[in-house]
Amino acid sequence: MLTHDGILSQPKVSIGHKLLHLHWIYVILLTLTASIGFAMLFSAAGGDFDPWASRQMVRFGIGVVGMIIVAVIDIRFWLRYAYGFYFVVLALLVAVEIAGFVGMGAQRWISFGIFNVQPSELMKVAMVLALARYFHGGSIEDVGRIFFLVPPLVMVVVPAVLIIRQPDLGTTLMLVLASVAMFFAAGVRMWKFILAGVIGLISAPVAWFTILRDYQKQRILTFINPETDTLGSGYHIIQSKIALGSGGMFGKGFMQGTQSHLNFLPEKQTDFIFTMLAEEFGLVGGLTLVALYILLLAYGYVISMSSRNHFGRLVGIGVIVTFFLYIFINIAMVMGLIPVVGVPLPLVSYGGTAMLTLLFGFGLLLNVHIHREMTIGRRDSGDEF
Amino acid sequence: MHRDSERHKLFSRRALMLAGGKTALLSVLVGRMYYLQVVESERYVTLADENRINLRLLPPPRGRIVDRLERPMADNQQNYRVVIIPEQAQDVHKTLDRLSLIVSLSAGERRRIMREVKRKRAFVPITVRENLDWREVARIEVNTPDLPGVLIDVGQSRSYLHGPQTAHVLGYVAAVSEKDLTGDPLLELPGFRIGKAGVEKVYDLALRGSGGSSQVEVNALGRVIRELNRQEGQPGTEVRLTIDRDLQNYIANRVGNESASIVVMDVHTGEILSLVSSPSFDPNSFNKGLSQAEWESLISNPKAPLTNKSIAGQYAPGSTYKPIVALAALDKGVINPETKIHCSGVTKLGNAEFHCWKKGGHGPLNMREAIEHSCDVYFYEVARRTGIDRIAAMSRRLGLGNPLGLDLPGEKSGLVPSDKWKRGAIGTPWQLGETLIAGIGQGYILTTPLQLAVMTARLVNGGRAVKPHLTMDVVSEEGVQPYPDQEADPLGIPTEHLNIVLGGMQDVVNAPTGTAFRARIQEEEWRMGGKTGTVQVRRITKAERETGVVKNEDLPWEERDHALFVGYAPFESPRYAVSVVVEHGGGGSSTAAPIARDVLRETQRLAALRAPDQEAQAYLKKREEG
Repeated sequence: MLTHDGILSQPKVSIGHKLLHLHWIYVILLTLTASIGFAMLFSAAGGDFDPWASRQMVRFGIGVVGMIIVAVIDIRFWLRYAYGFYFVVLALLVAVEIAGFVGMGAQRWISFGIFNVQPSELMKVAMVLALARYFHGGSIEDVGRIFFLVPPLVMVVVPAVLIIRQPDLGTTLMLVLASVAMFFAAGVRMWKFILAGVIGLISAPVAWFTILRDYQKQRILTFINPETDTLGSGYHIIQSKIALGSGGMFGKGFMQGTQSHLNFLPEKQTDFIFTMLAEEFGLVGGLTLVALYILLLAYGYVISMSSRNHFGRLVGIGVIVTFFLYIFINIAMVMGLIPVVGVPLPLVSYGGTAMLTLLFGFGLLLNVHIHREMTIGRRDSGDEF
Repeated sequence: MHRDSERHKLFSRRALMLAGGKTALLSVLVGRMYYLQVVESERYVTLADENRINLRLLPPPRGRIVDRLERPMADNQQNYRVVIIPEQAQDVHKTLDRLSLIVSLSAGERRRIMREVKRKRAFVPITVRENLDWREVARIEVNTPDLPGVLIDVGQSRSYLHGPQTAHVLGYVAAVSEKDLTGDPLLELPGFRIGKAGVEKVYDLALRGSGGSSQVEVNALGRVIRELNRQEGQPGTEVRLTIDRDLQNYIANRVGNESASIVVMDVHTGEILSLVSSPSFDPNSFNKGLSQAEWESLISNPKAPLTNKSIAGQYAPGSTYKPIVALAALDKGVINPETKIHCSGVTKLGNAEFHCWKKGGHGPLNMREAIEHSCDVYFYEVARRTGIDRIAAMSRRLGLGNPLGLDLPGEKSGLVPSDKWKRGAIGTPWQLGETLIAGIGQGYILTTPLQLAVMTARLVNGGRAVKPHLTMDVVSEEGVQPYPDQEADPLGIPTEHLNIVLGGMQDVVNAPTGTAFRARIQEEEWRMGGKTGTVQVRRITKAERETGVVKNEDLPWEERDHALFVGYAPFESPRYAVSVVVEHGGGGSSTAAPIARDVLRETQRLAALRAPDQEAQAYLKKREEG
């Protein structure tokens, strides 16, 4: 490894070399996954590239270019600006609280004139970078000290509270779970997680009465028994299960899904796109997409574990966990395993912000891959870069 | 470096644990997919089909009702209505403003439309106005570009071609009410109509037909995407009546606005050629929906236009009953038809006096003469000798006292009184004086015009128990079958007896001294026989009788006498029987007999016009064989 790619461990490497060593298989796998999304969006529009598929393709194209740019920038740049980026996004979150406008019944967007930004999505990446930087700078002994864990906990809790107030249960959940995974990967002791879990269980009833909004409670309640509310929130889950189940082994055929094309299935181009895929292509279609995701996750683990610097490893695991959470929450949600929390299917669902967040994350993952041979000292904050 | 490799090891261990957790979670997802898409798949396929497939009923066209010559009397008419589809109209208010320049729309109707617009989904057409005429349809069509979302829709509505003239026979259709629901899904279709009276009601199931169905694919909003399967229904059966449309119309016009009933029937087959009850109502307005004012004027009218008097009106038969009394007496053998009974104008029974209609009396009369002059005293005596029970028995044989089973709803039974009946119903024994009153067809006895016609038919057809019916064929839900060709049973009345009575009835009309001589038919081959009847509806006091009975014309309408006539023609070989009842019409001879004459003449004229037709030939052939 060192003999072949030794050049990559050097502080300065040309862009051309970096591009040469880009994980192109990963890029191809991402494109394949996104292409399944294009096909489903084409079907969702009744056999038309308008209004979804064409825009999604443009976004993906721009996103991939951005992803490669993110990948070839020196990893120490990301290390250096990790906190800065975090605070900028945190400021945007506060701005949403103050000046954002209401979209889809929840205050999530901030407008920059020509495009809208969802800071809570960006926070997913910013959080990964910030936590990676923090734990990169800590020794095994540091991680064992309880006071060492206070700053990162604050870093997680502040944006989480801001996001749940928007209110956006899905994003909060993902942010917190991804952070927990990073704490875990960073080596925080097991008993602390157990303790936190117990505290969480105790405080859950408190959260029910203070933080959760009525519609969020409603979602949890209808999840427990969807049949009680067949025309309200439960309708989504029931129709989604009917669509999935009626797809059977091989599906009804491309653009032949009755549940989706006759509009029984809600949000078929966004949160419930997996249902549409499984209705039209059956179990085989659903498993194909899941297999692609597993490949992407597996490559991600290999990249993460083979990095010679702790920052890279933590960034890698953070991106992979976030990606996994998207997949699991979305698919479990449409299959009626967990409440409907509004998390898109990564790379497939129609939507710009999630796509850009993900490709940003994958850019970081590819960056870790390119810079896997580089060692960065614990005290090194990237300032020399 | 040493430190970092330790960190790396710990990281790798933790990362592998995370990967293990993820693998477990992904396995759950895959297991769930397998469960939903393979194990439970069939159930969800069914649910998906239930979601998307809707069954729509196709209402069958209602069967026509035609007269004996298959000329339509009740038909289905195209009903043009204008509907608005809010989704396409965009601004419903503005479109309605423009539309109201073409068809009148009241503020109330606009409120109803806007209410429906709010309640229904945007693609559901909402009826703006029904029953458009051609001018309105044309003007809307021309202005289509300015009327987005406005469409002309064609439905079917029942139309009665002769309106009031046939209302009591045909009845009418109207919207289904709660109590009509039988589980037939057709009845739950909006706008579906069922028979509520008359033939429409009796033969409703046959006329209705059976609905077809259309399987359509709908989306989540219920909008129809396409038709998957269509099954045509069975149109309603056509019902052919025995009514002669021309005769029915003629009679209805002849009677005018009198409160009257006329029944014409074939004395051999029992076919009802005409059944008129006057005044009448327009059944078409029942279909469209009646206004409050129209409804109130119908139910408050003292002439009861909604009652079918032919079968539900019950009247004392008066002197038209005398032939039955005569037959009962002959049957019992209590009188020789040639024996003369002296009429002095009054009969005494104890302290009571029973007057003849003719002040001063008729002098001596035999049976035939007594019928011709309608002498009351003669029949007081005959009734006294015969007794009420024998008279009642003869009445029943001739069709009185029980419903005759005509295929119309609401037929009344009339009343044939007897000793037993009076003890049961009133609780006192029968009085001899009541027998005398019964002898002239007054008192308790009640008959319907239909029963009077059947009575006459049985008298003149050789004493056979003919039964009336309204359809040419037996109609059932399965379809139409010809009537079983049965000769009516003989009643067992000797022909000599019948001839004596018929002789009297010929003289009533044709002898210059007969009570209805002025109403005779001049044409030799169409001449009629008959019997007049005048029924008091008020009591004439002794004082009034002494000072002179007040003339009918001087009485208020409700106190005037009922005028009755039963007749038949031609008298050499009777084929048609008629009964005429004019409520408060005055005298049987002055009011009812001329109507009967005109009706019988028209009946025979119409029959003669089509003499060469098959019906007549078949009839003649049957007569010859019989």
